[in-house]
Amino acid sequence: MSYTTITQLSQGLKDGTFSSRELTQDAIADIKSRDHLYNSFITISEDLALAQADAADQRIAAGQAAPMTGVPIAHKDLFCTQDVRTTAASKILENFIPPYESTVSQLFLNAGAVTVGKTNLDEFAMGSSNENSYFGSVKNPWDTKAVPGGSSGGSAAAVAAGMVAGATGTDTGGSIRQPAAFCNLTGIKPTYGRVSRFGIVAYASSLDQAGPMTHTAADAAMMMNVMAQFDPQDSTSMQVDTPDYTASLNDSLAGLKIGLPKEFFEAGLDPQVAAATLAAIKQYEAMGAQIIDISLPNLQLCIPAYYVIAPSEASSNLSRYDGVRYGYRCDEPKDLMDMYCRSRAEGFGEEVKRRIMVGTYALSEGFYDAYYLKAQRIRRMIKNDFVKAFTQVDVIMGPVTPSPAFDLGSKTSDPVAMYLEDIYTLSINMAGIPALSTPAGFVNGRPVGLHIMGNYFSEAKLLNVAHQLQQVTDWHLQQPQSL
Amino acid sequence: MSWEIVIGLEIHVQLATQSKLFSGAKVGFGAAPNTQTTLVDLGMPGALPVFNEEALRLAVMFGTAIDAEIGKRSVFARKNYFYPDLPKGYQTSQMDDPIVGLGHIDIQLEDGTTKRVGVTRAHLEEDAGKSLHEDFDGMTGIDLNRSSTPLLEIVSEPDMRSAKEAVAYMRKMHAIVTTLGISDGNMAEGSMRCDANVSIRPRGQAEYGTRTELKNINSFRFIERAINIEVERQIDILEDGGSITQETRLYDADKHETRSMRSKEEANDYRYFPCPDLLPIVIDDDYINTIRAQLPELPDQRHARFMEAYGLSSYDAGVLSASRTMADYYEVVQGACGDAKLSANWVTGELAKYLNANDVDIDNSPVSAQQLGQLLTRIKDDTINGKAAKTVFEELWNGAGEVDAIIAAKGLKQVSDMGAIESMVDEVIANSPKQVQQYIDAEPAKRGKMLGYFMGQVMKASKGAANPGQVNGMLKNKLDAMC
Repeated sequence: MSYTTITQLSQGLKDGTFSSRELTQDAIADIKSRDHLYNSFITISEDLALAQADAADQRIAAGQAAPMTGVPIAHKDLFCTQDVRTTAASKILENFIPPYESTVSQLFLNAGAVTVGKTNLDEFAMGSSNENSYFGSVKNPWDTKAVPGGSSGGSAAAVAAGMVAGATGTDTGGSIRQPAAFCNLTGIKPTYGRVSRFGIVAYASSLDQAGPMTHTAADAAMMMNVMAQFDPQDSTSMQVDTPDYTASLNDSLAGLKIGLPKEFFEAGLDPQVAAATLAAIKQYEAMGAQIIDISLPNLQLCIPAYYVIAPSEASSNLSRYDGVRYGYRCDEPKDLMDMYCRSRAEGFGEEVKRRIMVGTYALSEGFYDAYYLKAQRIRRMIKNDFVKAFTQVDVIMGPVTPSPAFDLGSKTSDPVAMYLEDIYTLSINMAGIPALSTPAGFVNGRPVGLHIMGNYFSEAKLLNVAHQLQQVTDWHLQQPQSL
Repeated sequence: MSWEIVIGLEIHVQLATQSKLFSGAKVGFGAAPNTQTTLVDLGMPGALPVFNEEALRLAVMFGTAIDAEIGKRSVFARKNYFYPDLPKGYQTSQMDDPIVGLGHIDIQLEDGTTKRVGVTRAHLEEDAGKSLHEDFDGMTGIDLNRSSTPLLEIVSEPDMRSAKEAVAYMRKMHAIVTTLGISDGNMAEGSMRCDANVSIRPRGQAEYGTRTELKNINSFRFIERAINIEVERQIDILEDGGSITQETRLYDADKHETRSMRSKEEANDYRYFPCPDLLPIVIDDDYINTIRAQLPELPDQRHARFMEAYGLSSYDAGVLSASRTMADYYEVVQGACGDAKLSANWVTGELAKYLNANDVDIDNSPVSAQQLGQLLTRIKDDTINGKAAKTVFEELWNGAGEVDAIIAAKGLKQVSDMGAIESMVDEVIANSPKQVQQYIDAEPAKRGKMLGYFMGQVMKASKGAANPGQVNGMLKNKLDAMC
């Protein structure tokens, strides 16, 4: 028994093996019967999904299908979807129904994909375990005692459980790659500016980037073909041509230079994860790739710098949730200040409040230079480390996380331990480069991901490199025994 | 003790763009609440700003007009604070890198001298919405039509030494922005508003005194009154041995007082940081030089030309060049009648009187510049006298038709027939024996004044239509002959 991939669904729809309505009905029935085990969905948009499926079937019948037409997918509940509740997994947006569509979800609508629902996440994408959701924790389909990772944990669990073949995520410090690693998926965080942020509830604007989460690199390439478009509504969107990401999947890797940063393999890394990662990298030597030791000397600085920059931006981005125009408002406010204080105190969860407080402090007069400006300097140093590395190598590889998925509740009382989860992923967002996680085996039955990082706008190369590994390994095709 | 007053002004000018600073919504005054808004202006989740480049052009135009340094790389920053009509919880403004740097303007003082006032900077920022406290039964309504309207905040050096200088500075700024056409300058609608920083110090002291910031000054008249009342307040405090508190004070025009809004301790910490949703604005010399080359004739240049070409006094030339519409109007009148001085007298006299009395802008004057030019032509060619011209003007103002038709309909055509005038003069002399005797008995030097009585009688007899110059000459000759 194996997963069904987007590639297979696309082919089956094209061949008339099944209709989009059948696929969509099956997916929704599956979610309804099994998702209580994982809690990966916040909202199922059944009526809308069936209408989209019928439209897709007509489009297929008319011979006007695009590759994703009729394929059921899910969106992280951070993408605003017109007339479908968008919560960011927060009480403060519990009943928020956007009158507009995010660019990414609109592009999928344009491509004819069917959205079956909105997936769970850490509140406002703040977290590494999906335990910070107002709608409850998500469980890892590989082991429901384990976290699925975060913040795109709902998308990861939904795909890992086989309820949808692909889902969107967002990655501000590892929120696509870490859950992809924990759930045995392919997940790519594109170059900052590659995918539009318009209509995505903002966490840290200079770091946020959306990407796909799928079983295979080929599926991720199909979703990237839809998502990666210049958007004049996002001033940080880059006007760069979109290649066909599926076209280069089979390019030869002979002569590929793979950088191995020693800082990714130092203390703190689980030895079994290190072994699995190195074993996966070793596969590339047989393909003619060359492995080169490199150094990214400022890696350790990325955690403190990230936890200044991201909360600073978040403290400002989340100011709009004030109870005035939409979202949660406390009962019977005494006055304006009471309305602000109680709406926000009651509407936001603990981790969100912690980051708002940290960010507010870091931006305060008298502290700004010592925290925010210094963090920005570190950010430039980290970026320069990567720029320099990419003069020597084509891609960089290492672990995605220090250890496999940890148990639910094991780190919730220690925020700093939770923050250390992101040591290998944060620096990528700080530099703005693309990176992906691809399955690299298992440690004690829990998946391990291989982290592949590339230069700016090298997504096609990263997918090619991951795809080639997936041609010689079958980790990505394995399913949890419970399925 | 003799006190020196120190004033700096912060002027907010609403830029005359079609759409808002960061959204495509229309800019306009008086529309139904919240009808001129987009997702961006409403601060919806996931909405992103897109910079309106027209605002950049207008700001650079201003900068070149005041001979300022132009920021080739300017950066938008977020100014964070909570207020119900501030939908995002921050105002997008510029802090460290404004679009316009150090510049200056010259103001004309009452003694005829010119004073240079430094402009510290001018930066682009978005306006907030409006809170409506009436008509909501104890609640507050929010209108976000004004949200994200583009403003240029122009900050002066503390170079002004009296309320009158502050008014002259504000008037000159008004003339510059309206001449450039970058704003309609409509103070009643809030298109131009000003805050004044006011302090006093003993004459001869080098250090500045503690300043207060006066808010909510929305007319030229109020600038002078607000500053003077605040200066009196500060003098009273210091002369009573007290000290000035650094604070923001509100000017209340109805009560003619300033009152404390918040002290320095209560002031917001705005937590400025660069807006991560917007890229820095980068411009080059070509961009700046192209705009500089297209600058219209500026008020100072026009002032000088009016004096030189038309022989006007500095005062008249200053009044007439105070706004582009006034100056344009004047030049049409002058061109039509060919008499610069007469045109100046009528535009700054009768026309200004009617405009002020009826609270009408010169661009909306019911009497067009062509009509006034025609009217003055009829004075010049002796068709009517000045008194009759005022009657015609009133008729024009009331929309009674064209100049010649009004003259004909009202029978205002001046009587220049010497025979008709002579018989009226003779009749008045014959009917005024007492006054004639007084004239004969008076000292020759005082007889001129006594002529007025006879003039009045003759003009009355002619129903105002006699040519006053001819009447005057004839009366004098006949009466003097009797002495």
